Amino acid sequence: MTTSSNGDLFTLKRRPPSEKFLDIGFRQLVIVLASLVAIVLLGILLTVVHGSEEAFKQFGFSFLVKSSWNPVNEEYGAFTAIYGTIVTSLLSLLIAVPLGVGTAIFITENLIPLKLRNLIGLMVELLAAIPSVVLGLWAIFVMEPFLRPILNWLYEALGWLPIFSTQPLGPGIAPAILILVVMILPIITAIARDSLNQVPPELRQAAYGIGTTRWGAILQVILPAAVSGITGGVMLALGRAMGETMAVTMIIGNSNNFSLSLLAPGNTIASMLANQFGEADGSQVSSLMYAALVLMVLTLVVNIFAQWIVKRLSLKY
Amino acid sequence: MTNSTLTSTKTASSTSCLSLENVSISYGSFEAVRNVYMEIPKGQVTAFIGPSGCGKSTVLRGLNRMNDLIEGCSLKGRVVFDGHDLYAPNVDPVEVRRRIGMVFQRPNPFPKSIYENIAFGARINGYRGDMDELVERSLRKAAIWDETKDKLKASGYSLSGGQQQRLCIARAISVEPEVILMDEPCSALDPISTLKIEELMHELKKNYTIVIVTHNMQQAVRVSDQTAFFNAEAVEGGTGKIGYLVEFNETETIFNSPAQQATQDYVSGRFG
Repeated sequence: MTTSSNGDLFTLKRRPPSEKFLDIGFRQLVIVLASLVAIVLLGILLTVVHGSEEAFKQFGFSFLVKSSWNPVNEEYGAFTAIYGTIVTSLLSLLIAVPLGVGTAIFITENLIPLKLRNLIGLMVELLAAIPSVVLGLWAIFVMEPFLRPILNWLYEALGWLPIFSTQPLGPGIAPAILILVVMILPIITAIARDSLNQVPPELRQAAYGIGTTRWGAILQVILPAAVSGITGGVMLALGRAMGETMAVTMIIGNSNNFSLSLLAPGNTIASMLANQFGEADGSQVSSLMYAALVLMVLTLVVNIFAQWIVKRLSLKY
Repeated sequence: MTNSTLTSTKTASSTSCLSLENVSISYGSFEAVRNVYMEIPKGQVTAFIGPSGCGKSTVLRGLNRMNDLIEGCSLKGRVVFDGHDLYAPNVDPVEVRRRIGMVFQRPNPFPKSIYENIAFGARINGYRGDMDELVERSLRKAAIWDETKDKLKASGYSLSGGQQQRLCIARAISVEPEVILMDEPCSALDPISTLKIEELMHELKKNYTIVIVTHNMQQAVRVSDQTAFFNAEAVEGGTGKIGYLVEFNETETIFNSPAQQATQDYVSGRFG
């Protein structure tokens, strides 16, 4: 507007010291806050590594493959819990991904009126708001008794398979998997819905405009365009499933005797830590720390893997 | 199945391709365009012109049931193609869109390779022939073969805007439609690309019936044989302006000696 004739148009304005101080102060504050995140993470990692040193020296990597957990003889192996963690989280994903992505497709495509779609979306999100201890109680008193006849039938019909080879007697890995499904379903659905909604409408029109059926458009155009976001959500859910403690502890049975069977009680690293840390001393503490380290490494690997997948799969549009 | 029901009773009329009989289209309770009668001739280019919000794009999308994808959009009246009402309950909208293709305002290739962009539509419509040959033929017809033949595996997004739009035209041609609808196909393109697409349209009308929506009146004069002028007017008790067809005639008549004063005002730039 006011063009300056003496050429100082682009030089910085002189500012009062108070304003400068505010700028510098803000900058320092932000640096401190940002570094704090990294420092806390490093601190936790160091604590866990330091705590697990004793157990690592004593058991080495055999800790990962041995399933004995005997505080009396001070013999520890976390295989039961590691197996439980991996099996519960992967199988719960296997069930929750088709359900969650299917729900997301259902509420983003115009199959039913908008109001109904929003209602279903809201319900799924409310599912995420239920505290895990409440879900755990529900699992013990409602879900597990309801499931037992079905699991019994599985045992009788398919008992020759190692994974159904024990009689279900209450808490076990199978109900834990199902409660995890309930817990991770809202994450997968919400993120999948957001990624599907972000697929450009032009792409949808392009697909329908050349005579694609709804199936064709969903499976070959819309889902591929949204897959990177959906994968991100799935990986978040996997992280949640691996680290989930309360509800799993309440329903999995917390047994340290290894069994391949999904119908038998088992353990996960997270629930083992929650159960035993209070009373542990000596080398048990160290062993639990070691187990915690294993869990941290597992989730780290999952996260790195997720980033890699998202990078590979993302379609540019 | 639907294909056979659509073709079984071809009418003798060879001049008219699509005819609109008292068509009104609403979005929910809002009526966007009302009482349109029109006979779109076969093998010619028909242009829809008119001010923004007059419902010309809405009518265009009504011609191949793209409006079905918009929540709450409904059409009254009949759209007759090849002797059949496209909105009859037993008509498969997917087959309608295969036979009446569409090119959109903004180029919208799939996030796939140039080759796949063409092959996708053909494959989904059950094409069993030589795919390489079909891809080449489609790209040639859309006058983009020379620019893409060395990089068929490259992403459709690596092309310029004008090239992308011609790729989209090639994609529309690949499923061998009878009619191609174009919704302001050049509005996002530079004059050179626009010229190329207009030349392409002259070429394409030998084999296809083309309906184009355009805001550019010179373009309508250059490419079209028939022109329909739409306008919108506020109606008492209505929630907004309602579009209607003012005049439909040979392009020359519309631009030189229109019957309606409103048309005269619009084409000579003295509008409202």
